[in-house]
Amino acid sequence: MPRAAATPNVTENAARTGPKIAVIDLWKSFGGREVLRGIDIDVAVGESLVIVGGSGAGKSVFVKHLIGLIHPDSGHIIVDGEDLTQADPAVCLALRRKFGMSFQEGALFDSMDVFENIAFPLRRHTRLGEEEIAARVNECLDLVHLPGVGRKAVNELSGGMRRRVGFARAIAMSPEILLFDEPNTGLDPITSAVIDGVIVEMRDNLPVTMVTITHDMKSAFRIADRIAMLRDGRIVAIAPPEQFRSLPDPYVQKFLAGEPLEEEVA
Amino acid sequence: MSAKKGVTAGHGLLETLGRRSLAAFEEIGRFFFILYSTVHWTFRRPFDWHQWVRQMVRVGVDSIPVVGLTALFTGMVMALQTYRGFERFHAEAYVGSVVSLSLTRELAPVLAALMIAGRIGSSLAAELGSMRVTEQIDALYAMATEPIQYLIVPRVAAATLMMPPLVALADGLGVFGGYAIAVGLMDANPVVYWEKTFQFLDLNDVFSGLIKAGVFGLILSVTGCMKGFFTTGGAEGVGRSTTAAVVMASLVVLVSDFFLTKILF
Repeated sequence: MPRAAATPNVTENAARTGPKIAVIDLWKSFGGREVLRGIDIDVAVGESLVIVGGSGAGKSVFVKHLIGLIHPDSGHIIVDGEDLTQADPAVCLALRRKFGMSFQEGALFDSMDVFENIAFPLRRHTRLGEEEIAARVNECLDLVHLPGVGRKAVNELSGGMRRRVGFARAIAMSPEILLFDEPNTGLDPITSAVIDGVIVEMRDNLPVTMVTITHDMKSAFRIADRIAMLRDGRIVAIAPPEQFRSLPDPYVQKFLAGEPLEEEVA
Repeated sequence: MSAKKGVTAGHGLLETLGRRSLAAFEEIGRFFFILYSTVHWTFRRPFDWHQWVRQMVRVGVDSIPVVGLTALFTGMVMALQTYRGFERFHAEAYVGSVVSLSLTRELAPVLAALMIAGRIGSSLAAELGSMRVTEQIDALYAMATEPIQYLIVPRVAAATLMMPPLVALADGLGVFGGYAIAVGLMDANPVVYWEKTFQFLDLNDVFSGLIKAGVFGLILSVTGCMKGFFTTGGAEGVGRSTTAAVVMASLVVLVSDFFLTKILF
């Protein structure tokens, strides 16, 4: 599937059809500490946006706002024209069904096996029969290259397998939007590349809009249509991968080179 | 200088007092939030019958040995103590009445609730707490599933519904324990003991005890779920929540026991 050509602020696709997600002036603080300080960003239909940033930059907090897990102090999150921050609980639940989210450590239910984890949303929100559920679960496991692990217990899985089962659970309901929270954290480079490969395949083969947060630049360049840099609760740079490398912003350059900032050294 | 120190100490004391009061109000608010949300979500679709049954087995059936043993030995000790005491003024015949009344009205519901607070309150807090810190509760939200409905409603319902039958069983075992000791060990007349056991016992005594049991089940499960649901701070936080759940549930059971006794009897 050809990827949408992107421009720094809003992709052509977003300009044409309206964004899938529009984040407007998002602010959030915890205990007097401002974590998000006025974020504005659009995500186009079918786009893969990757948000990078250092530890404590507010990446996880931001992505949790997108699905309504955290309520902002002010600002708006518009999904398909509906404001998630103003919607009543029933609308919120309905909007959440458009999302699939993969969590940092998978967040798999350890009281269930792999099959039951992936079948959970299907049992909860559809009237599919057992055979259809089994077929869908196996299809999802095939998509993440883990055929035949359905009856494994969650604690038998390696870190990489957990993430992929988490992906399978996230795509089980064929969501329109996929969110990935640090999909590579704590994984070795080879497993990390496998995870990226699975994300790229999903990006290319499924009709989804993706938002991924990571601090792994290699991963970001592999899976992104656009990369945004979050620093101190603000988006400080945003560009397609090929332009992102040459951005003049000193923080971006330091981040790409993996070098400490002068103030951090001092 | 010392006056300044005194003012600073006073400020510190007020600050601590203020912080503790706020924390206490926050805790009360959370308790009623979970209680209200649980009632709200209990009567909404989808109904997780499998979860209800699973939790009822966990709270009810699996707790039979611990509650049964507690009641049995409490009845035995009651009979032993009261028999020795009543012997002094030749009132041994009333041991059965004292054992049955104190068990059904007070001891069986309260002791069963304290045992369940230790067994179930702690495990609810630990279970929900670890689900919180491993983002499993967030995952439920993300899958458009209300965690209060899926996780808390079946657990609270199970504790509320299973406590009365557990206490009914405890009543029976406690009375039997008392009978066994009085008749078997103290040579009390079995016919007189049995007759006196029921002579002053009203159905109202038993039912009030069972109502207490249901309320205790509700309170201790809401407390355990609340401590787990609002856990922060990783594995250490789960440990803190678990301990706090048992302490708080036990205290709330004892405090509410006073008010329930005042209302019911």
